[in-house]
Amino acid sequence: MEEDIQFSLNGKKANISVEGERTLLSVLRKEFGLTGTKYGCGEGNCGACTVLIDNKAVRSCITTMEEVAGREVITIEGLAGGKDLHPLQKAFIKHDATQCGFCTPGMVLTAYSLLRENSTPTESEIIYAMDDNLCRCGSYKRIIQAIQTAAEEMRGGQVK
Amino acid sequence: MKDNNNVQEARAGLLLNRRDFIKLTGSGILVFFTVGDIDVFAQQRGFGSDYPTDFNAYLRIGEDGRVTCFSAKIEMGQGVITSLAQMLAEELDVELTSVDMVMGDTSLCPYDFATVGSRSTKYFGPPLRKAAAEARAVLIQLAAESLNVNPDRLYSENGVIRDREDPGMKIPYGQLAKGKRIERHLKEGEVAIKHYSRHRISGKATLRTDSMEKVTGKAKFAGDISLPGMLYARILRPPSHSARVTKADVSAAKKITGAIIIEEKDLVAALHEIPEEAEKALGQIKAEYEIPEKDLDNKNIFEYLEKNAPQGQMVTQKGDIDSGRKQAAVSIKSRFLNHYVAHAAIETHTAVAAVEKDEVKVWSSTQSPFMVRSSVARALGFPPEKVRVFPVHVGGGFGGKTTNLETVEAARLAKLTGRPVQVAYTRKEEFFYDAFRPAAVVKAESGLDKEGKIIYWNFEILFAGTRSSEPIYDIPHQQVLAMGGGFGQESIHPFNTGAWRGPGSNTNVYAMESQTDIMAQAAGIDPLSFRMKNLVDERMKRVLKAAADKFGHSFTKGPSGKGVGIACTDYLGTYVATMAKVKVDKENGGVRVERIVCAQDMGEIINPQGAMLQIEGGITMAISAALSEEVRFRGGSVLTENFDSYDITRFSGAPQIDVVLIDNNDMAPQGCGEPACTTVGAVLANAVCDAIGVRLYELPMTQERIKKVMMKG
Repeated sequence: MEEDIQFSLNGKKANISVEGERTLLSVLRKEFGLTGTKYGCGEGNCGACTVLIDNKAVRSCITTMEEVAGREVITIEGLAGGKDLHPLQKAFIKHDATQCGFCTPGMVLTAYSLLRENSTPTESEIIYAMDDNLCRCGSYKRIIQAIQTAAEEMRGGQVK
Repeated sequence: MKDNNNVQEARAGLLLNRRDFIKLTGSGILVFFTVGDIDVFAQQRGFGSDYPTDFNAYLRIGEDGRVTCFSAKIEMGQGVITSLAQMLAEELDVELTSVDMVMGDTSLCPYDFATVGSRSTKYFGPPLRKAAAEARAVLIQLAAESLNVNPDRLYSENGVIRDREDPGMKIPYGQLAKGKRIERHLKEGEVAIKHYSRHRISGKATLRTDSMEKVTGKAKFAGDISLPGMLYARILRPPSHSARVTKADVSAAKKITGAIIIEEKDLVAALHEIPEEAEKALGQIKAEYEIPEKDLDNKNIFEYLEKNAPQGQMVTQKGDIDSGRKQAAVSIKSRFLNHYVAHAAIETHTAVAAVEKDEVKVWSSTQSPFMVRSSVARALGFPPEKVRVFPVHVGGGFGGKTTNLETVEAARLAKLTGRPVQVAYTRKEEFFYDAFRPAAVVKAESGLDKEGKIIYWNFEILFAGTRSSEPIYDIPHQQVLAMGGGFGQESIHPFNTGAWRGPGSNTNVYAMESQTDIMAQAAGIDPLSFRMKNLVDERMKRVLKAAADKFGHSFTKGPSGKGVGIACTDYLGTYVATMAKVKVDKENGGVRVERIVCAQDMGEIINPQGAMLQIEGGITMAISAALSEEVRFRGGSVLTENFDSYDITRFSGAPQIDVVLIDNNDMAPQGCGEPACTTVGAVLANAVCDAIGVRLYELPMTQERIKKVMMKG
């Protein structure tokens, strides 16, 4: 049955009438045209569909619209919040941390969630936080470097 | 992929015929050129191409001064969008930012077979350079005519022609191209290109040119294309590759509001405007199958392959194996096994198709747009030129996106429903329909003389193909027989097999370099010195030495207990030497790869940064292929369905990787995407053996297998 679901999407009020059991991934992509959020496995194993809900990294492929009601959703399209690029996005470019780019939005948002909780993560803390996000192209080391660089900029330090 | 205005107009418009093509390219300077092996190209074309047959790529300098390269090569993360643009910008003397790469659009780009085999830079790069040099010569000629001066006075720099005798004078390329249509057809051997010592763009470490789209989520992949009225299709899939549908009851599925059910021959599908509803409808289809299952699984597959191997093809034959055997002081026989592995790109196979009047538009996650074009045309009964495959970003290929059943399905369903259709594989479908790297067996026999020189080498390869199978060492008596191809033997394997990054080389190098280590051990020589002693190829010695120097380890005779390994290979002209340090958990058999050093000589390097990415990426991918990836199956049923049971390398499994790029600019550029990857099975097998003192003859070296051999001792 369709329900009216209200939530915040990339800083703006969103109102939609959909079946409550539809996945956030599907609704973001199809109903809102926000295709930066990707399907990779459909079971929460790979992290390509990661979005932020109340600033925490969440798998949108196993999140239903019912669960989203009243919450704050940020996708890769809304991360920079009107600015050109978020420091994480800048750092991913600077470190060549993308190859095919399909896992990238999920990587960036998972890293964002980490840095909100821990602004000075060690390398092993980064690995622990990111370990369920898969990149078949094998850009892991560069992603770690990008997260370190972004963390530094977000702390107000100079970006090398 | 940025477009100039003309290209954007053409994309928005209808499919192009030859006249439209001329209109589209309009004014400007065009240089047409042919890429690669012309014979192979001519054989491979044969699909009724609507383009002149004397070229398969071209570049254009427009009135706006922008330079566009049209090529049906595709970008899937491997970085040729950047490296090819660097080669073009360098030779034409323009900034990299002035170059647009239009890749994989079958109406704009001339025929190309596929983006496979680490061939783009190697085969596309050199003629692209010549075409750019030719274009530069045309520009100088035009400027000379316009200024009425001798062309020798003129030179090119940053997109303008300058006059040595009049430093203030400059004419931008765009101005020279204005209102003209000049076509040049490049012929082999006519054009001189720059010496690398003058390069300032090519050879320079350059960041990817498509990152901005990728980090912002703007990059469009096939599944991101949305068309008005588009339906999402979910297709009835058999439980096994050997299953046949005997009955499909779709009555319940039809009751779902808005669901469209299609039954046409082998294709039974539920379509809906909402993807979840299509899924629901599919779930309502009750199908019965007949499954004449073969008694095959991960355990008995190798015996089955040995029993069913076809006649062999001799890869190399020198000297006489029997006299080699007689002269040998030690002979060693081994049997190496490698399981099926999946490509497992994070983007599953996905396509969108629309049939409009007599034309088909297709967006496909493919490495071979022209193969997609011909298979869609065949399935729909359209002439190929009425099918247009549009370019999209491809979310990883690794050889797996050279077959595109989903695109044909989307096109068939679009024709049957009269609406645009998206087919996006679920992860389970992706595993089911993947063309796996085949399970393979290598039977190795070799021997040493008293001095520790390899005296004979007798290999039989079953289903790993011939690539990288010739011994790299100096061996008087040698014979390599390959039985069954490296992939595509559908009658043998219970499912599709295909090219997986560095295809059969992964298995071949694993067997060859494992056997080499076994011989070193038998000779009582450390594995580095043993290789050096048996190599005569100075280029290989240099690569091996570079890796060893970087690795900084004094090798001792194995097994040393230290967990270090070495392997090297010649992958289609690219030389690689890889070293590894591993730690094996003696309790549970788990392997931790601590460090990899890889030295690679790929001839002239176009983008050192991109090369590093490819080497790091290939190694990372191959680590899990060596340690944990194994497709589980029973008969034609694929039991591996998602990443929870198919363990690919993750952050915690990625080691420190030190790459040494060998300076060898005098050699033409070779390939880079696959070579490093192919050494990893061997280097880890050797390192694990060095750590635990026992050898595993089967990849992947899972915890269970390692534990088992440790217990046996």
